[in-house]
Amino acid sequence: MGTLWFWLVALMIAVYVLLDGFDLGAGAIHLVIARSDEERKQVLSSIGPVWNGNEVWLIATGGVLYFAFPALYASGFSGFYLPLMIVLWLLILRGIAIEFRDHIHSEVWDPVWDFLFCASSLLLCVFFGAALGNVIRGVPLDASGYFFEPLWTDFQIGTETGILDWYTLLVGLLALAALIVHGALWLVVKTTGAVHDRSLRIARLAWWLVAALTIAVTITSFRVQPAIAQHFRSAPWGYVFPLFAIAGLAGVRWAMARGYEWNSFVAAGCYLAGMLLSAVFGIFPMVLPARNAAYSLTIENTQAGRYGLTIGLIWWILGVFLVTGYFIFVYRSSAGKVPLEKHVDS
Amino acid sequence: MQHAVDAHRLHFAFTITFHYIFPQLTMGLALLLVYLKTKALRTGDDHYNRAARFWGKIFGINFAMGVVTGIPMEFQFGTNWAEFSKSAGGVIGQTLAMEGVFSFFLESSFLGVFLFGEQKLGRIGHWWSAFLVWLGSWLSGYFIVATDAWMQHPVAYHVGANGRIELASFWGLLLNKWALWQYAHTMLGAVQTGCFVMAAVGAFYLLTHRDEVYGRTFVKGGVLVGVVAAVLQLYPTGDAQGKLVATQQPVTLAAMEGLFQSEQGAPLAILGQPDVDQRKLDNPMEIPRMLSFLTYQKWKANIQGLNDFPQDLWPDRIEMLYYSYHIMVGLGTIFIAVMGLAALQLWRGKLFKSRWMLWLLMLSVPLPYIANTAGWITAEIGRQPWLIYGLMRTTQGSSPRVSAGSVWFTLIGFMGMYSVLAILWLFLSWREVELGPEHTGHLPGPALADSDD
Repeated sequence: MGTLWFWLVALMIAVYVLLDGFDLGAGAIHLVIARSDEERKQVLSSIGPVWNGNEVWLIATGGVLYFAFPALYASGFSGFYLPLMIVLWLLILRGIAIEFRDHIHSEVWDPVWDFLFCASSLLLCVFFGAALGNVIRGVPLDASGYFFEPLWTDFQIGTETGILDWYTLLVGLLALAALIVHGALWLVVKTTGAVHDRSLRIARLAWWLVAALTIAVTITSFRVQPAIAQHFRSAPWGYVFPLFAIAGLAGVRWAMARGYEWNSFVAAGCYLAGMLLSAVFGIFPMVLPARNAAYSLTIENTQAGRYGLTIGLIWWILGVFLVTGYFIFVYRSSAGKVPLEKHVDS
Repeated sequence: MQHAVDAHRLHFAFTITFHYIFPQLTMGLALLLVYLKTKALRTGDDHYNRAARFWGKIFGINFAMGVVTGIPMEFQFGTNWAEFSKSAGGVIGQTLAMEGVFSFFLESSFLGVFLFGEQKLGRIGHWWSAFLVWLGSWLSGYFIVATDAWMQHPVAYHVGANGRIELASFWGLLLNKWALWQYAHTMLGAVQTGCFVMAAVGAFYLLTHRDEVYGRTFVKGGVLVGVVAAVLQLYPTGDAQGKLVATQQPVTLAAMEGLFQSEQGAPLAILGQPDVDQRKLDNPMEIPRMLSFLTYQKWKANIQGLNDFPQDLWPDRIEMLYYSYHIMVGLGTIFIAVMGLAALQLWRGKLFKSRWMLWLLMLSVPLPYIANTAGWITAEIGRQPWLIYGLMRTTQGSSPRVSAGSVWFTLIGFMGMYSVLAILWLFLSWREVELGPEHTGHLPGPALADSDD
């Protein structure tokens, strides 16, 4: 039962990354690809009806993690106290930047929110990547099952690690580059005109960065976390995940070259899902590796009681059906390209 | 350690108090939006649609504030209250996760549809979108109240071999009798905030002789729904809630009432200042025997005072508990009077011309916010010294590795950020009221990202 929930949580995280990933990525390049007020409105309109629903996947995943693995939730959230609070502040700034910008039209109002939207999206991409890096590398858990990481120590991977070190920063950069590609391809799908063209150019450029960083992160991950290699050796079927990621990455290039907009966006999603699930598969059955392997949190020592997990499965399945319905409805009713509105009166 | 626990408490208290400014309005307004859309459907009068669009804008601002200040709430269970989460996550994680899965998705999906999709959906479809936003926000309220109710009155659990609290009955958790009454009481409080805000904006328009058609609709809608909510708030929901406290948390009742000495035929204190060191109530203004009667319907029933309980079971902030409870009840009584008077004037056909009544309605707007906040403070301080009543003390629940210094760092950060948010919220809300329904009530285009045309 715990193993099933492990994969369901992984699935929810993957859905979150795929969905909120594109609006975060689009935000991270907002100031560069959209120059005029009309263009910026075009970018915001392309994510306007969906960004909040996408972000709910983060909340829902947090909730499911909480009830399925309470000890992991407690240890992980308190150990990552400082970066999580920074993430919260960034989410707050980003949310109001998107929602409040349109209320007033003024040359001293709009740029503030455009800047905040772009900066918070960009930093969130890096922080989410660094968070994943921390989970892969392992954290300084002790016998009590808790840890506390400062934001940084000496940027080395010793026993007293910080949130940011050279490895987690590298993963953060990869996340930023990958989500920029994903977000740019969303804008390629959703827009026309200058925003479309600039987004395509950025996606093409950033793709090379993603490819290079993917190689670097893969090699270093195997060195930083030896458990990954062990698990792939003992269960070789797991290679489907990295293969899926590589296929996605190649697919992005292939589809971009032929001008298949949707296919390139979907391929970018396959890449993201493949990478994320490779990492998750690599640390399984740990849920949070410790620097001292004896103290690692596993499915076994963090899962909730059996009855709760079973009953949860029933409502979770029902809920996911409903949510799928809402998302199909919302995405269909906002389907198609967002036109550039020439003159907007507010 | 105590030092850090105090900081953790303040952190949660500050962020939740600020957060709840917004949901209490959106939950109340959601109901009133359904009311306006229903009126529009039944009368065919388009000004109700315009009114709904105007309130939709205000709803949107408050909803955005509620969302961004709400995310930190779920995170804080883990970041600041790790020991509590580790022990009880298997139970309260259920309701919190269900809130995300069943209500947040519903709300966030259909609010966008409600705000931008009116033309595309048609009249019936748009009514449904308003209804689903209401349903989502009220479901959300239920899951949160059920979570709090379990902490007030833990049921449907057993303690596992590893000392962790495990769920024993799903329906037992969801249908906790404490949750049912607390939910009814909480939602009526939210409805009153919505009603007072709507009536106050309407009164403002009538007093300043602008948008008077809307002014009348807002005052009428706010007063009609508000008077019903104000009465139900006191009876049966407030009464039932009080009786649950009396039987399940008797020491809390004693502290709320400022009753130190047990008495047969205990008086109800209307005013007075509790002196906890001397164990007495100074300058009491009391109604003799009333507390016994209200609690047990017997004039001579015995009510236990604080002296009957060991001091380590007393709520640790008795003064705050006493005052917040009295403020809540006092304001609740005032609301019945204000809304009752307004309803009487409405019935006599004099409300829209009665300037003093309109002034009263307009100036009352902060009061339901204060009452709702005071009510939650009563519930949460009243639960002390327990985090889970009878099971886990508050001092045992916080994160062992997060220092007071870290907590103060983020608390100050939240204070700064929320100050800015509060200014923005007041500014934008006021601006919408100032622009008025004639200005903002025009039909928005189809969903922005739409290429059909």
